[in-house]
Amino acid sequence: MTLSTAPTEMSNDFTQDHYTLFGLPRRYAIDPAELERLYREVLTRVHPDKHISRSDAEQRLAMQWSTQANEAYQTLRRPLQRAQYLLHLAGIDVQLESNTAMPTEFLAQQMEWREAVEETSSAGDIRALEQMRRRIEQEMSEQYRQLEIQLDVEPDHLAACATVRQMMFQEKLLHEIDDALETLEA
Amino acid sequence: MALLQISEPGEATAPHQHRLAVGIDLGTTNSLVATVRSGMPLVLSDELGRPLLPSVVHYAAQGVQSVGYEAQAQQALDPKNTILSIKRFMGRGVKDIAHIEGMPYDFVDAEGMVRLRTAAGVKTPVEISAEILRVLCERAEASLGGMLTGAVITVPAYFDDAQRQATKDAARLAGLNVLRLLNEPTAAAIAYGLDNSAEGIYAVYDLGGGTFDISILRLSKGIFEVLATGGDTSLGGDDFDQRVFCWIIEEAKLAPLSHSDARLLQMRAREAKEYLTYHGEAPITVKLGSGEYVDVRLTSEVFTEITHNLVHKTLSPTRKALRDAGLSIEEVKGVVMVGGATRMPQIQHAVGEFFKQEPLNNLDPDKVVALGAATQANLLAGNRATGDDWLLLDVIPLSLGLEMMGGLSEKIIPRNSTIPIARAQEFTTFKDGQTAMAIHVVQGERELVSDCRSLARFELRGIPPMAAGAARIRVTFQVDADGLLSVTAREQVTGHEARIEVKPSYGLSDDEITGMLKDGFVHASQDAFRRALREAQVEAQRLLEATHTALSEDPQLLSTLERAHIDSCVGKLQAVLVGDDRRAIDAALSALNQATVEFASRRMNHSVQRALSGKTIAEIS
Repeated sequence: MTLSTAPTEMSNDFTQDHYTLFGLPRRYAIDPAELERLYREVLTRVHPDKHISRSDAEQRLAMQWSTQANEAYQTLRRPLQRAQYLLHLAGIDVQLESNTAMPTEFLAQQMEWREAVEETSSAGDIRALEQMRRRIEQEMSEQYRQLEIQLDVEPDHLAACATVRQMMFQEKLLHEIDDALETLEA
Repeated sequence: MALLQISEPGEATAPHQHRLAVGIDLGTTNSLVATVRSGMPLVLSDELGRPLLPSVVHYAAQGVQSVGYEAQAQQALDPKNTILSIKRFMGRGVKDIAHIEGMPYDFVDAEGMVRLRTAAGVKTPVEISAEILRVLCERAEASLGGMLTGAVITVPAYFDDAQRQATKDAARLAGLNVLRLLNEPTAAAIAYGLDNSAEGIYAVYDLGGGTFDISILRLSKGIFEVLATGGDTSLGGDDFDQRVFCWIIEEAKLAPLSHSDARLLQMRAREAKEYLTYHGEAPITVKLGSGEYVDVRLTSEVFTEITHNLVHKTLSPTRKALRDAGLSIEEVKGVVMVGGATRMPQIQHAVGEFFKQEPLNNLDPDKVVALGAATQANLLAGNRATGDDWLLLDVIPLSLGLEMMGGLSEKIIPRNSTIPIARAQEFTTFKDGQTAMAIHVVQGERELVSDCRSLARFELRGIPPMAAGAARIRVTFQVDADGLLSVTAREQVTGHEARIEVKPSYGLSDDEITGMLKDGFVHASQDAFRRALREAQVEAQRLLEATHTALSEDPQLLSTLERAHIDSCVGKLQAVLVGDDRRAIDAALSALNQATVEFASRRMNHSVQRALSGKTIAEIS
């Protein structure tokens, strides 16, 4: 690892948003194939491997551009991150909204899930854990449809924010299941 | 010197001279160097026609005695000064090394990377690896008849930052220009993918002498995309030898062995392992220095039994990598086998069973990594035409994080992120008037910092005194295309650049490397100076060529005044290039670099705009 204190200033506008970078409209609905095509198109031009025998400045630029393109692609291709990012562009920080109350019903269900994960993982039931994983994913795909309505069709940022926050719980649960599976399989 | 006859103005892809580039597989047990000749990758052999170079260095009082087969022959005679499997020590501390008590080396007890006391003095793994690289570089230059433009050096995909940095430092010491550090399984995927026009999801199962990697890739036309990688950097063929070695001791009821006898028995253990690939039973007979005779027979059943958990140990990273990639076993189209250790029947069987398909063994598992690296080196050196090239997208194998209060690691960059990648994190002071802050960078998946690998500790100093919580210190992690991390820090409120003091936990500092380079120059007389001059000239030619191409491609992006400035810098560099004043070359080089910064930036913007303008109206609306 190397350390330096002087980040090089470049004239490139690295503050441009992820949608602008790929020339895409700011919406939740995205064609994944088209996004991937644009990403590859950009990366083919800017990847450091394509600038290896060029000037130092060009190599540095290539790294910064690729970094930006990777970040933009990774954010836009994942629906939950994309929704969060759209809200961020609209001036809403999902993380900061965490003091708003969640529906009791939802929280109760989360508690139930969490207990179930704990029980099945201590029982060592890999199959049950995998089943649970699929059920959560199913539920999430329903929530993704909701997000499309809340963000694109009849924009309601606060409702979208609530959905995103619920989904963050779900995603965390998925991670916990993965961790449990990992421990069981090791 | 015909510098600018390389391409005609406006003709970007005009043929130019073939640049000499190689791929180097710096392995635990064996190393190889390969290149592309007439469009075909091939491994370069030594004067006796042997493709492999055993990764063994033998030291004597006056320095390096031998490297390779000759050194290998000394291992039982002079175990203390004959260094084997040095790759296992790269970027590692004494406490990280398994079975250290049984090793014949004289370890130097020091902080950071392990060091060995040899007849030629105290050596770091970086210096020892550099000796192996130097031999390969000489072999390549002799065989290709010229100085190398650069090399692609492979590393295990699961190598952490300290191990990667150590490898790059070794190359620098050996005088190699590193075009890229390339992950071994990715190199194999390139060789396999191009050879077989493979498309779809592939797994590369790479069990080498000392390391295990599993990578999941998506191959499509023109793109090699690593989706996830996993592994174990201290698991390999060596461990199977070790099991056999222990079995022999138990079976023959041997008393504690001398270092020479231990080495002898280890060699026999390895031969037995290799014999069992093609036979059901291996006889092991040794006459030890102690006068004792060993005469035992190892059957493949027993071998499979005593190595069962080693085989099993490769499967959990495999499962994890698949899960990280979000894929099921059924989606994997093929499993490419890499590394000599995959010849073992029990490995073939276990992998076949796990993936529910016959593994692919149609490439030489010893050579495939070097061949892939050579192919990539050839591409990076610019020896392929646009349109006849490909893009490689690799990932970082382990999460990067920072130590937080309570000894917990906060992940900043998650594992399997596509590189290059950058992330920033803001910190604040917790005391009034606090002017310094300690930052500890770690790598690994575990929650506790003590379970992760420490990469570096540094202190931010000179933070302007403010009330607690008022300072905003932004620490940025940047991982480049080699998978190497760099960190920058800046105080946001005042814009003050904080001073950083680095203590690399397992690396060598820049000063140490410079010192070693200087030592090299002192010992290597005039030759080294000539080489350094030649390197500056090559670098200058590279930049002149790049500038020329840029000027002919996008002349409209410059004003007359800007153009005149660049032209004048080009002229100055060309003027000093014919002489032997290295400093003048360096100065003119840096001036031209500086003069083209803004131009490079405009060209990049322009190129991206052009790439995106190909889209349809429907997509814009």
